Amino acid sequence: MNIVVCVKQVPDTATERKLRSDDNTLDRDAADGVVNELDEYAVEEALRLKEAHGGEVTVLTMGPDKAADTIRKALAMGADKAVHLVDDALHGSDALSTSYAMAQTLKKIGFDLVILGSESTDARTGVLAAMLAERLGVAQLTLANKVEVEGSAVTIQRVTDYGYDKVQGSLPAVISVVEKINEPRYPSFKGIMAAKKKPVQKLGAAEAELAADQIGLGAAWSEVTEAAAAPPRAAGTVVKDEGDGGVKTADFLSSKKFI
Amino acid sequence: MDDLLRIEDELSEEQRLVRDTTSAFVTDKVLPHVGDWFEEGTFPARALAPELGGLGLLGMHLTEYGCAGLDAVSYGVACRELEAGDSGLRSFVSVQGSLAMFPIWKYGSQEQKEQWLPRMASGEAIGCFGLTEPDHGSDPGGMRTTAKRDPSGDWVLNGSKMWITNGSIADVAVVWAQTDDGIRGFVVPTDTKGFSAQEIHRKLSLRASVTAALYFDDMRLPGDAVLPGVRGLKGPLSCLSEARFGILWGAVGAARACLEAAVEYARTRVQFDRPIGSFQLTQQKLAWMYVAVGQAQLTALHLGRLKDAGAITPQQISFGKLANVRAALDTARQARTILGGNGITLEYPVIRHMTNLESVLTYEGTEEIHTLVLGEALTGLPAYR
Repeated sequence: MNIVVCVKQVPDTATERKLRSDDNTLDRDAADGVVNELDEYAVEEALRLKEAHGGEVTVLTMGPDKAADTIRKALAMGADKAVHLVDDALHGSDALSTSYAMAQTLKKIGFDLVILGSESTDARTGVLAAMLAERLGVAQLTLANKVEVEGSAVTIQRVTDYGYDKVQGSLPAVISVVEKINEPRYPSFKGIMAAKKKPVQKLGAAEAELAADQIGLGAAWSEVTEAAAAPPRAAGTVVKDEGDGGVKTADFLSSKKFI
Repeated sequence: MDDLLRIEDELSEEQRLVRDTTSAFVTDKVLPHVGDWFEEGTFPARALAPELGGLGLLGMHLTEYGCAGLDAVSYGVACRELEAGDSGLRSFVSVQGSLAMFPIWKYGSQEQKEQWLPRMASGEAIGCFGLTEPDHGSDPGGMRTTAKRDPSGDWVLNGSKMWITNGSIADVAVVWAQTDDGIRGFVVPTDTKGFSAQEIHRKLSLRASVTAALYFDDMRLPGDAVLPGVRGLKGPLSCLSEARFGILWGAVGAARACLEAAVEYARTRVQFDRPIGSFQLTQQKLAWMYVAVGQAQLTALHLGRLKDAGAITPQQISFGKLANVRAALDTARQARTILGGNGITLEYPVIRHMTNLESVLTYEGTEEIHTLVLGEALTGLPAYR
């Protein structure tokens, strides 16, 4: 099975994240880049599927040169090779144009299964998996906390507010995963050493055959017009126990869909 | 904590991955429990060894036989992150990789390497290193353990060793003994008749680490148990140089952990209606610690690069061990004062690091001996001969 895992480099959530003052895009120099955490679960799931069914795991990332760190980590975890879509013309791409660029690249490199985290910790749109599936014309199986492949059938448990739905599709397909799905492995030192020798193919916009008017800030359908610091946290709700404290607490949790 | 000097930027991609893997392991698998291990005086070596081995931490700087073959800076960075967890954890890894595996890898026969190194790299077999004796610590050349060849060609060892990390849990011991041919090393399976080990209790330092005394009572070994590749004190001393290099990096981790705990505490602990971090006395302590940790880190990185270039000398390693362990111990003590009463409990890492560092100051060449090594380097006059 030919599995492609899409990974994204995001600013470390533990550091202060900023937007650039000139074009309101992410200031990538302001914070250390790390692998989007949910994508690590995607890499782990791809590796497990490969271990169970055989095949090959390819990492695909789109981002500036510095995103190579992200690729290396996925290769050190055990992926076989990588494709790095890198071009200044991609700067400022929104979800729609990112999905275009990545779908074009996926068509070029071929796949049976595409796996990615259900959202990134920076933009948090959570739409890329669905957009990719639409653009590629394949099944979309999103928000999976369990994946099973049998022959050409893929079955997932799709997490809902109240439990999960069982969703089945056939290969080729796009899957997005949530964090409950597995526990990502640490890259072992042997894996880290082996990763140095694994092939990373760099593709520019021209090599990926991307139309110039479909990518980058100019092609973005969405625009960040303003950004403001989050307001300070409002005071919490205090439940006064007058014999019905338990019920009130349960009502509150229920209203927030925690239970 | 901000990396003010941007030292982490100096690390290669591979070195950063080594750092992240080690640090994630320590955060997930060690930090939640190490206070309990310390309090109980236990170290779950059998449970941890396969995990450490699986990540490649055991014998990480050696090549082949299941070892990862990392460069010296990576080895240092891993030791730093291990010791940010606990000096006992780093000691376990140092002893396995630098003191037990290294001599077999460097001086062992092909059979010895094949028999032991893959199992030790995976964590299936645990090793220890027997050099120090009850009456011979800084002066190992006077050791009393003897190995005599009998007419059958076997070796017969008699004597004892002291302060041996992993001694009572080891599967194999690398034991140094006097022979007619000078000091030689022996690869000793610990189930050999005549071998016994007794754990040392009542320690108030390195409590999350197993320490033992070893006894050899007419312990008979086959002729091929000797390490063929080295004779004399330079054998064990070369192993110690490897381990000390890990220590001078590890101390940076322990110191950093204390500084981080102190900064966090100083920002949140309120006295006189202000965080204590806003007081000049506290800031002076924090700034002093920051400088100490930064300087120790720069020393470690510089020595790592010298080691990778194949140019490091024992005197330079003495410099690093002396300077960095002293800096770490002083940092731990400063941090302890910032945490006040909380600084003496195992709820915070500081007192644990502080008492651990008392052992680190002494083992693998005492502070005094490293001082005299530098004294000799400066004057050309050896003070201890």
